[in-house]
Amino acid sequence: MNLEFLIPLLAAAVQSGTPILYATLGEIFTEKSGILNLGVEGIMMVGALAAFVSAKFFGSPILAFLIGGCAGAFLAGIHGLVCLDFQGNQVVSGLALTILGVGLANYLGTPFIGQAAPGFSPMPLPVLSKIPILGPVFFDHDPLVYTAYLIPPAIWAFFRYTRWGMGMRAVGEYPRAASAAGLRATGYRWAGVLVGGYLVGFGGAYLSLAYTHLWTNGLSAGRGWIAIALVIFAFWHPGRAVIGAYLFGGVMALQLRLQASGTHIPSSLLLMLPYALTVIVLVLSSWKRQGTEVPSALGINIEPSE
Amino acid sequence: MFRFKIKKRQEPLVWSSCLVFLGALSLSLAVSAIMLALQNKPPLTAIVLLFNGAFGSLLAIQDCLIKAVPIFLCSLGVAVAFRLKIWNIGAEGQYALGAIGATWVALRFPDLPWFVVLPGMLAMAFIAGGLWGLIPAVLKLYMRANEIIVTLMFNYLAILLLDYLVYGPWKDPVSFGFPMTREFSTSAIVGKIGHTQLNWGIILCIFSGVAIWIFFKYTRLGYELKASGENINAARYAGLPYHRLVMLVLFLSGALAGWAGFLEASSTINRLQPGIVVGYGYTAIVVAWLARLNPISIGIASFLLAGLRVGLEHLQLDLQVPAAFGGIMEGLILLTVLAGSFFIDYRVSLGKKS
Repeated sequence: MNLEFLIPLLAAAVQSGTPILYATLGEIFTEKSGILNLGVEGIMMVGALAAFVSAKFFGSPILAFLIGGCAGAFLAGIHGLVCLDFQGNQVVSGLALTILGVGLANYLGTPFIGQAAPGFSPMPLPVLSKIPILGPVFFDHDPLVYTAYLIPPAIWAFFRYTRWGMGMRAVGEYPRAASAAGLRATGYRWAGVLVGGYLVGFGGAYLSLAYTHLWTNGLSAGRGWIAIALVIFAFWHPGRAVIGAYLFGGVMALQLRLQASGTHIPSSLLLMLPYALTVIVLVLSSWKRQGTEVPSALGINIEPSE
Repeated sequence: MFRFKIKKRQEPLVWSSCLVFLGALSLSLAVSAIMLALQNKPPLTAIVLLFNGAFGSLLAIQDCLIKAVPIFLCSLGVAVAFRLKIWNIGAEGQYALGAIGATWVALRFPDLPWFVVLPGMLAMAFIAGGLWGLIPAVLKLYMRANEIIVTLMFNYLAILLLDYLVYGPWKDPVSFGFPMTREFSTSAIVGKIGHTQLNWGIILCIFSGVAIWIFFKYTRLGYELKASGENINAARYAGLPYHRLVMLVLFLSGALAGWAGFLEASSTINRLQPGIVVGYGYTAIVVAWLARLNPISIGIASFLLAGLRVGLEHLQLDLQVPAAFGGIMEGLILLTVLAGSFFIDYRVSLGKKS
């Protein structure tokens, strides 16, 4: 394998890993507060569509990206409403949210199938992109790839050093103790759901604004579920999420390349790669683990007090 | 200032679940109407058409029953797993595997008489679907892999495997390039009942439904299952074989979905093709939860959501409403029922803020 093949592949890995990275980080943020949101796939789809349509009508990709995030937060808000206000089962609510979100995006997106919208194009960073190997792999992309570099350290610092971050972790581990200590547990969880949904929405927006630049139904193709698996792979740590997301980006890029190179392997078998890898990665990262990294109260609702 | 006071009810309200369901349904319909208006479709006409198309004629009701068969079997399986608090999201893939297993028998032994081929297909679909459910169980128990994600990934894998087979080794040589197997021989087709459009699969549904009901109500194993689902730790202390229960439940769950795939391939389509996978496995999750895992309610809910699909076909034909509209309604109904159940379990009253 030579560098001429490897460097474009690694660069493509970073690019196609970016939407998964946004989604994984968003889900980590939500799960840290103790809420399990299985609606990632639906939220990504809605974020992708909202961003695509806004880019088409307003012409500004940056605005569109932010709107994609808002749409994600809105959809995640439904999950918050059902689980935090109405004590609904988090697993079922998340699944319902995926069914709803995928349905919404495919329904409202039908008139736009095959159409293009203005999006982001590569913007090599001066100086940095000239570094051999690292430059073309990491610093010759669209701006959204760079902003994705900033979020993991931000989330890490938030949970480690800020009062709000520590409060949110406390609510994710022992909500009753956190309440007794005077924290508004439900408020923290709302923040976890909404901010997480916003980031997942970014992941969807990235797909339509920077990855495909055009709308097709079923755009996210299981990336939301891969993101949920990556949260477990990452042990809820934003840094490990980066590794996982780029690993999957790499597999997706490799699979596209293999298809284009005209191998004799049927495309349906190549398409299995990311999903099979998800299972393998999940098994390897769960095996012989005690599960101590899981927020203890993940998926458990806070009972309303009298 | 007034504020809401929330109190857990000692006894959950029984009659109110109908009320909650009606309220949830109206709310979902209202939001759906807005969605229709957003795409310049006449909302009221569309909703009337939806109901009329689904339940307005004998033919339509037959169509609902036909579509209810796979939904019911998948949902019954999903509910068995949910009883043990095992989240089987993989009915879609287990259904596909069942169809693949049954098709293998049909293509391999086209000349055998029906009373050999059909039981063979039934058994193969049961095993194939069951194994597709059993693998996630083993990964969960011995490698701690989360079954939600594994079963979901197995859906993608199963559908791609089906694609591979019908585009590749099983493709009909005279299909003009269409991805499908050749048509099954008549001995591999589950026939219709009398002069109706219904096939004998309905009998399989009734049999499975009754069997599952008896299993939970009258057998020791069924009781153990329910007890373990209520409280896993207590069940473990009581020495119940949790590992074996999980494997049994996921195998059974997958096998039932596999039967749905068998019936769909054999009776409805008469061959294997990618179009066989239409989301029944996901609808089944909605149904199981709406029915609160009760086999009889699952029957009713399957029929209603099959009606949604049938009505939707009319919307697609007459008003060009995209098929994804069904997902919106299913998602909305489940979310609103889930939120509405709050009022069954809790009492909300207005009180003065102190």
